[in-house]
Amino acid sequence: MQKPPPTHPPLPSRLLRPLPFLPFLLLRLGRLILARPPPVLLNVVSSCCCVACSSPPWLPSPLFVSRCRSLTLDGPFLAPTLVARVVRKLSFRCQSSKLLLGAGCVAGKKAPLSSGGGNVRGAVSASKAVTEKPNSGSKSDKADLLVTKDEGLELYEDMVLGRSFEDMCAQMYYRGKMFGFVHLYNGQEAVSTGFIKLLKQTDFVTSTYRDHVHALSKGVPARQVMAELFGKSTGCCRGQGGSMHMFSAEHGLLGGFAFIGEGIPVAVGAAFTSKYKREVLKEEGDMPVSIAFFGDGTANNGQFFECLNMAQLWKLPVIFVVENNLWAIGMSHYRSTSDPEIWKKGPAFGMASAHVDGMDVLKVREVAKEAVERARRGDGPTLIECETYRFRGHSLADPDELRAPAEKAHYAARDPIVALKKYLLDNEIATEAELKSIEKKIDEVVEDAVEFADASPLPGRSQLLENVFADPKGFGIGPDGRYRCEDPGFTAGTAQV
Amino acid sequence: MAMAAASSTLPAYHGLRGSPSANAKSKLSCVSANPPSRVVVRALASKPWAASKTLRQVAAHATAVASKEAVSSSSSSQGGHELLMFEALREGLGEEMERDPNVCVIGEDVGDYGGSYKVTKGFSEKFGSWRVLDTPIAENSFTGMAIGAAMTGLRPVVEGMNMGFLLLAYNQIANNCGMLHYTSGGQFTIPVVIRGPGGVGRQLGAEHSQRLESYFQSVPGLQMVACSTPYNAKGLMKAAIRCENPVILYEHVLLYNLKEKIPDEEYTCCLEEAEMVRPGTDITILTYSRMRYHVTQAAKTLVDRGYDPEIIDIRSLKPFDMYTIGESVKKTHRVLIVEECMRTGGIGASLRSAIMESFWDELDGPIGCLSSQDVPTPYSGPLEELTVVQPHQIVTAVENLCGKK
Repeated sequence: MQKPPPTHPPLPSRLLRPLPFLPFLLLRLGRLILARPPPVLLNVVSSCCCVACSSPPWLPSPLFVSRCRSLTLDGPFLAPTLVARVVRKLSFRCQSSKLLLGAGCVAGKKAPLSSGGGNVRGAVSASKAVTEKPNSGSKSDKADLLVTKDEGLELYEDMVLGRSFEDMCAQMYYRGKMFGFVHLYNGQEAVSTGFIKLLKQTDFVTSTYRDHVHALSKGVPARQVMAELFGKSTGCCRGQGGSMHMFSAEHGLLGGFAFIGEGIPVAVGAAFTSKYKREVLKEEGDMPVSIAFFGDGTANNGQFFECLNMAQLWKLPVIFVVENNLWAIGMSHYRSTSDPEIWKKGPAFGMASAHVDGMDVLKVREVAKEAVERARRGDGPTLIECETYRFRGHSLADPDELRAPAEKAHYAARDPIVALKKYLLDNEIATEAELKSIEKKIDEVVEDAVEFADASPLPGRSQLLENVFADPKGFGIGPDGRYRCEDPGFTAGTAQV
Repeated sequence: MAMAAASSTLPAYHGLRGSPSANAKSKLSCVSANPPSRVVVRALASKPWAASKTLRQVAAHATAVASKEAVSSSSSSQGGHELLMFEALREGLGEEMERDPNVCVIGEDVGDYGGSYKVTKGFSEKFGSWRVLDTPIAENSFTGMAIGAAMTGLRPVVEGMNMGFLLLAYNQIANNCGMLHYTSGGQFTIPVVIRGPGGVGRQLGAEHSQRLESYFQSVPGLQMVACSTPYNAKGLMKAAIRCENPVILYEHVLLYNLKEKIPDEEYTCCLEEAEMVRPGTDITILTYSRMRYHVTQAAKTLVDRGYDPEIIDIRSLKPFDMYTIGESVKKTHRVLIVEECMRTGGIGASLRSAIMESFWDELDGPIGCLSSQDVPTPYSGPLEELTVVQPHQIVTAVENLCGKK
């Protein structure tokens, strides 16, 4: 019988794992000390030096970069690619991965963000990248900043709203105000904010059961989301959907799906409509873009692969965002996936893909910008894997016993809200007072949402039969010859259907 | 065998007669523009909600008028054209695609190949490959894609190459197609039509001989209709595409070559109504799809033996037209259901309990139900014949229910 693979190597060998990279790291450290580093290292390469996570030892040099391949009917050809453009901006020279990708990397030219001097960047652990402050203490160039003040505050507000709202959900759940399965998004706010804040109201988002914060980021009022969680008729789905089925036609939120993978084809369908309207109905204007959010567990599901194929085949304006938080309830990503690097599955379909640090909202935003622009231009879909983490268990019913405390601590130190706050303050984009006032405002918003939900009425019996069919004639013709929906009892919810 | 029987028992079609009121109302989807030989007569009830009954009162009047005219002339002076059922489906689909640019077809081999049963032949050239989308073999995903497209404004028609393949799309059909309108609080409509050939064919083997109507009937939010003649195939196709609800249209592999004359002018059939095939007095035989032809063949024998069966093609598998069925039961007091579904959990099982619930007092005896055997359809010809209800079994069942004459 085959010996099962070890899931957690013993501590000493884990510590020794960075050893081969030591000379390179020392070199980089030297450059950092000698040269004036850029204000932010936008690093689209995931950190492989994380000692706390159980990454397998075979992961290659940290400098791998996805090689995006544009698809032609004749086969892949070299073309400006998503990551290549971002990488070039940062004068990032890739050193690896002929083995993985079968292609060289892009040599970067000097970019405005980088300082003078060497342009070889090592893999930096993400938290360092965002929180890094120039040792010289001099102020960063305004032109080097990744966000304006307004944008920075918007991002901050959105993430704080997501966090506060989810914390309030936990409180309300334990007080018996909401029931069932509630899956909280704490820790992953950077992904939602980073992507959705770039979208317009006419763009579409599909999500999973972990959809509260996607709804909030897309613009669904906190009141409506909370009321929906309380099961009230003022909820965004009239209390009929619940935590896992947040929908908003007004804001382009196509759901909230309980089964994983179920929402991905729906997002592809919305993208198909966008393309159809352009190709067949000859509508002008910006093509609405769809984003499908899903997790690492979904990336093993058939619907994921089928949709990657169709989206790339027809060059649909859809973005596949994998929120890889390493755990599918109690199943570690590495135990369930033969090749854990999900972003690599894109190039297998000829799709542009990228891997980004999902705990850093600015990095996510940069990659998202490129992906959204690609989609809107008609260049097709993108697969983006975001390395992220959920601070809480899978759901409020999950005892969360399987995840190592060291892993949790590592990601807690990379809290996206803390990181953004530090960035905004360090670069004097915002003041402490402004951020505090945002936090206060959000507290009030969340409190107000709870009060509104508490005060809202529960759905009446009349609501029972109302939305089963868009055309209630679908209930059929009763024995008396009338349509059942014409029965006076129908609106009262007492009709025999 | 069944095909020959089918063509010989097809009622002659006399064209759509019109009193002006019938024509005026014909644009409303609920008027059943039935040919006069299949009159659905409704009693005009005097109830407070009479205003909403105007529609059916007019329809009843129109069909009553139509039947009179049909008797007077046996050939249509208004024309009509003869075609095969798959051509009727194609006509219906084509007309709807011309009428509404949001209607599109999604499925395997629907474009260049023209559809596995040629229902979409020529559409690709006419409408382009975005409107007649050839998909990869990924039923669950392209059905989900159709649902996403429907939520955002299109009206897709999903073709399952064989209905059995839609088992792979069950996730999307049940969760999203059927239930999403409800779970979204009514915010999104899913006006998809899912259609394809099903049923037991000629030695197609177990997996290509499936009857999915029983599997999907429990899914809330879906409507299911089964077509059985070129006339109702075209009418139901058009009505299904115009309907805001998701509709599954069941076609039968063996019925695609049925020939019938259908009207030249535009018409739709009501999705919720049943169709009277043969009025009678002794027993109500409820059937649908291919079994209609086994029943009509058995009816010839029964008539020879002195029985007068009333044959109703229920057409709407979900919801049942309890009015037409009920009026018939009140007249005959005996019911036999003949279906191609499996015995367990089939349409017949649901129909039986629905009739018993509503019309218990009208029944003189137990409701008979002839269904296919609970057996995977065997390949071998004789075995396959044994799994499906045959006309002689229908004759025997009627004799048992009505007593020997």
